[in-house]
Amino acid sequence: MTTEILQSKIKTNHLDFYYGKFHALKNVNLDIPASKVTAFIGPSGCGKSTLLRTFNRMYELYPKQRVEGKILLDGKDIHDKGQDINLLRAKVGMVFQKPTPFPMSIYDNIAFGVKLYESLSKRDMEERVEWALKKAALWSEVKDKLNQSGSSLSGGQQQRLCIARCVAVKPNVLLLDEPCSALDPISTARVEELIHELKKDYTIVIVTHNMQQAARVSDYTAYMYLGELIEFNNTNDIFIKPSDKRTEDYITGRIS
Amino acid sequence: MNENIHLSTQFDADLERLRSKVHEMGGLVEKQINMVTKAYVENNIEAVLDVLENDSEVNAFEKSIDNDCIHIIAKRQPTASDLRLVMSISKMVTELERSGDEVKKMAKSIRRIQERDLTVLKATTDVRHLAQAASEQIRSALDTFARLDPEEARVIIEKDDALDMEFKSIIRQLITYMMEDPRTITTALDIITMARAIERVGDHAKNIAEQVIYIVEGRDIRHLANGN
Repeated sequence: MTTEILQSKIKTNHLDFYYGKFHALKNVNLDIPASKVTAFIGPSGCGKSTLLRTFNRMYELYPKQRVEGKILLDGKDIHDKGQDINLLRAKVGMVFQKPTPFPMSIYDNIAFGVKLYESLSKRDMEERVEWALKKAALWSEVKDKLNQSGSSLSGGQQQRLCIARCVAVKPNVLLLDEPCSALDPISTARVEELIHELKKDYTIVIVTHNMQQAARVSDYTAYMYLGELIEFNNTNDIFIKPSDKRTEDYITGRIS
Repeated sequence: MNENIHLSTQFDADLERLRSKVHEMGGLVEKQINMVTKAYVENNIEAVLDVLENDSEVNAFEKSIDNDCIHIIAKRQPTASDLRLVMSISKMVTELERSGDEVKKMAKSIRRIQERDLTVLKATTDVRHLAQAASEQIRSALDTFARLDPEEARVIIEKDDALDMEFKSIIRQLITYMMEDPRTITTALDIITMARAIERVGDHAKNIAEQVIYIVEGRDIRHLANGN
């Protein structure tokens, strides 16, 4: 086995998370490597989506949710006072479970986000939109109907549109929260293929309920249970020889 | 090994059925080895014919168990210990089937030996002991699989060396005979074929033991010098 030296992209130190009084994440220490796909797996309510949402401070949109401990992005604490939240979210993009195209044209769906951070000429913007759609493997399917509404696309195409929208602002990190759970197998395969393509340029973190999907797309897997990080290792080890009994029980579908 | 039951009781039932089929197949192979040994010792041609006939049953087991493994993989996508178990079973049945083939070779050699009459060679070479040791190895390997006991598996792997030594000593003995009296060559070669087959059965038992270690510990110790 080759051991490569991994650069850390996101690092959590003694991370705790509370929904009001509910202690949702308990002392999570995790080091997510750059330019790799990391999957979070675990039963419903184990905190995997919660953990994902802390990485771009998405939880701050809701009252009574708070974080303790540190989250470092490229070694810098994302909770630092100087941290611009919009810039953080541009750097750390997120795609949700259900495709959420904006009620506007395919073109504007992509351009909208870019305009928030950059002022590009019409020509540059056209290039950016094309580039993002190509990255998301959607260009060939939509290039002749960029003015049609985003919601006219199929579910799988909408999800890839959301990924393109995310990619268009050139983030470093892509957070995918069950991106395929509303998609059919063919669209799922397309998105998985896309994840594989995108990891050359981005650090990807994916939350999934589909264990086989985690096994297929990720390089590293974190198993979470009741707010704790139980095991974090390379995906092959997790699926062939996990070291913790609780991980083993979960991935083999056993009652523990 | 994980003792907890699956959420899907059907999955547990599938795996249990698979394991018991392996034991059935193993039992049959063991019976074949014992029968062929008896045929050799007692000059029993009936037993030789029985052994030859039963081999197709061993082959059928291999196909049927492999088919079950493929179904489980397709339907259940086993992971971790379940995956190791299913993959190892598929390999173990190949070892058992090949042991069956070795038994068949032995039976054919016995048939040829019986057609000639050179019992003096038979009396002096201890093929019987070698065969009993190999049969014992197969039985222990299957017990180890039933109990999923890696320590016992390591003992079996170590014991294979003794079997190899014994095989070599039989060869040396037979070479001496052949040099002294060329008329013994044909039969001696048949006995060598037999002894070789028995020694191979021992190797298959060892390979099964290695699979047991893989199932339990997730460590692939094949082709390593000391089994660690």
